[in-house]
Amino acid sequence: MNILIIFAHPLFEKSKVNKRMLHKLPQSYHLTVHDLYEEYPNFEIDISREKELLLAHDLIIWQHPMYWYSCPALLKQWIDLVLEHGWAYGVGGYALKGKMLLQIVSVGAARENYCQKGKDRYTIPELFEPFSQTAQVCGMSYLPPYVIHGTHVLAKEDIEEKTTNYAKFIRHALNEEIRWDKLSSYHYTSDWFTELLKKNEE
Amino acid sequence: MNGFLFDAIIYLAAGIICVPIMKKLGLSSVLGYLIAGVFIGPYVFGFIGQKGEDIMHFAEFGVVMMLFVIGLELDPKKFWRMRRYILGMGTFQLVGSVAVLFFAIIFLLGWQWNSALAVALALSLSSTAIVLQTLQEKNLGKTFAGKASFAVLLYQDIAVIPILAILPLLGTIEMDVVSEYSVIAELSGWVQALLVLGSIVGVSLSGRYVVIPLLRIVSRTHLRELFTAATLLVVFGVSYLMQLVGLSPALGAFMAGLVLANSEFRYELEGDIAPFKGLLLGLFFIGVGASINFPLILSQPIFIFVFVLVLMLFKFFILFALGLIYRKKIDQNFLFSLLLSQSGEFGFVILSFAATIRLITMDIAGAMMAVIALSMVFTPFLLLLNERWIAPNFGVKEDDEEKDYDAIEEDSEVVIAGFGHFGSTVGRMLKANGIAATVMDHNSERVKVLREMGFKVYYGDATRRDLLEAAGIRKARLFVIAIDDISISISLAETVMKYYPGVKVFVRAKTRTDAYEFIEHGIEHVYREYLYAAIEVSEDILSLLGFRKYTAYRQGIRFIQHDQKMTRDLALRRHDEKEYLAKRKEEVELQEEVLKGDLYSSLGAVDHSWDSEALKKKKE
Repeated sequence: MNILIIFAHPLFEKSKVNKRMLHKLPQSYHLTVHDLYEEYPNFEIDISREKELLLAHDLIIWQHPMYWYSCPALLKQWIDLVLEHGWAYGVGGYALKGKMLLQIVSVGAARENYCQKGKDRYTIPELFEPFSQTAQVCGMSYLPPYVIHGTHVLAKEDIEEKTTNYAKFIRHALNEEIRWDKLSSYHYTSDWFTELLKKNEE
Repeated sequence: MNGFLFDAIIYLAAGIICVPIMKKLGLSSVLGYLIAGVFIGPYVFGFIGQKGEDIMHFAEFGVVMMLFVIGLELDPKKFWRMRRYILGMGTFQLVGSVAVLFFAIIFLLGWQWNSALAVALALSLSSTAIVLQTLQEKNLGKTFAGKASFAVLLYQDIAVIPILAILPLLGTIEMDVVSEYSVIAELSGWVQALLVLGSIVGVSLSGRYVVIPLLRIVSRTHLRELFTAATLLVVFGVSYLMQLVGLSPALGAFMAGLVLANSEFRYELEGDIAPFKGLLLGLFFIGVGASINFPLILSQPIFIFVFVLVLMLFKFFILFALGLIYRKKIDQNFLFSLLLSQSGEFGFVILSFAATIRLITMDIAGAMMAVIALSMVFTPFLLLLNERWIAPNFGVKEDDEEKDYDAIEEDSEVVIAGFGHFGSTVGRMLKANGIAATVMDHNSERVKVLREMGFKVYYGDATRRDLLEAAGIRKARLFVIAIDDISISISLAETVMKYYPGVKVFVRAKTRTDAYEFIEHGIEHVYREYLYAAIEVSEDILSLLGFRKYTAYRQGIRFIQHDQKMTRDLALRRHDEKEYLAKRKEEVELQEEVLKGDLYSSLGAVDHSWDSEALKKKKE
């Protein structure tokens, strides 16, 4: 399975978690990491190049820190520009049909905050409805998000563990097929993968 | 008492006294000059002797130059767009007037048919000098009356060429006196006609293959006075050649103007000749006033005055009918018909030519010249009459239906002065986005190339207001100054800001000192040319040294903003400080000040939005 990580972080040099994540990624011919803020610092996105990248991969990952319950500005710009009518959706727009879309996000606050009674009132899948609906319109299967919570408070060991798991997940996705029907009942894809890791250990 | 200086003083003083008085009375300057001429002429104060003929010869150069300018302004494209007016109205006016006058003269006065035809031809032409001067003064050029008048006059000016060619073919009448010597008077009609056509072809060929290359050489010297000299040389040269073969110098100049209209020097030539044209035209009107032969008029006053009256009535009604055919508003039609109801300077030319080739007698020529002069004198009064009593009764002043006609002037919104590396980049960028900027440049070779590439380019010194006007500064929204010379740039910016306050001025500064100068002169949009390139290089360097591209990019933008603000601050502070010191400040000292500014600005440490470390710190 060919994986494309579309990575968006406006201040990557100061990031803790995301830096470790990218650092631990395996080298593979089937994995492409596409750093949006490095590629398009002035927000002028090369649309045809982005389309080619999308076509060459099966699993599309949007990886980014969560800002204000959403993605960084450049990823939104990317969505607005690249997912064109007649190509990604609408009449004749089937280019992305059948591909999978996964959002991998680092979130500052704890998981407990993201529920009806929590500080943030909504769950992350709820908050990401616009993204999932976008995938839906483009005929892509939207996997439950892969979330790393508490980046503001995580201890160094925790960061190491979580980022290692992330790298394992990518490796797993490269080797074995990820299936939407197996995952769709989970709240987070990360939940499914931790469970899988535990099972394997036993 | 006949010294040149004395004469010059008389003419200038007469003009300076009479014209302002007429203007004060709300009359046109033409009338001022004419009356000045009458007063200093032989029949009132007699300051100028010889019945004003001598100055007429000299002052005809005003008409010559005017025709040169008309020729220059005659852009073939404009001509083509106006063809309906020029050909339709022109033909109607000329044929109608000639026919009516011809039969009237034959039946009422019983002259010979060839004399009658020559006189009818001479009188049917209106006065380009008076009408254009009036249109310009009253700013009527854009109205229907103005445009239609221009079209008819243009047709007449061109028609003079075949008229002069035909005249010799009409034969001669019996006459004893040979008035003036001319090379061609002795030749047979056909040879004369051929000679006329030959010289016209000669003028157009030499214009293209001699004059334009010559102007290119002259322009390369970058000496403005030399270019003026070359312009005058062209006009005088053509006039002399034309006189040599017995043709009207005015025609020759018109032809020369036409030939040069398509060259890149059009506006430069026009601007150079304008002051001479204005002065000499004034002189011409003075000459007309002075040459009015009062004894002749007084010897047959009824004949002359009735003739003038009937002539103007005929011309008026033909023009009015023309206006009706073109279904123009009645107030415009009155103005148009009155404007062109006189006979003009070409009448003099045709009459004297006809007399030379013995087509009419000297008596008739003299009387008809008086008629023409009187009709010219009456015109300003008629217009005044129209303005005060006729036009107000017909309400409508502005005519909207002519708006489409206005589209002829497709002036662009941006004018770029200086099309070197900088200006041309701006021009290309705009062009790539569908905005055709008008370009002004001083380098004639570059102008030629740019024209071939489809740019709208004016050759010449952009600091000249006439050239700015020609380039359409009035309709522009932006004026970009990309000229190397700082003092020229400043004076240009000041001119534009002063006279065209609606136009935004964008200026390129080569150095920081230049930028200070511009800012001190109140220019808002100042761009230091190296700033942007230097910042881009720095961004790439930062990126190569491991900075994130987006961070480098943002730092670049912020540095530019910081630098622009600081430049403005320093420029204004520099102004406050002791001027002496400030002016002597070396670039190095400026640099020092700039670097200090950078240190205090604590650039790059203001951003916490995406920085979780900062958030954590705040939480603690």
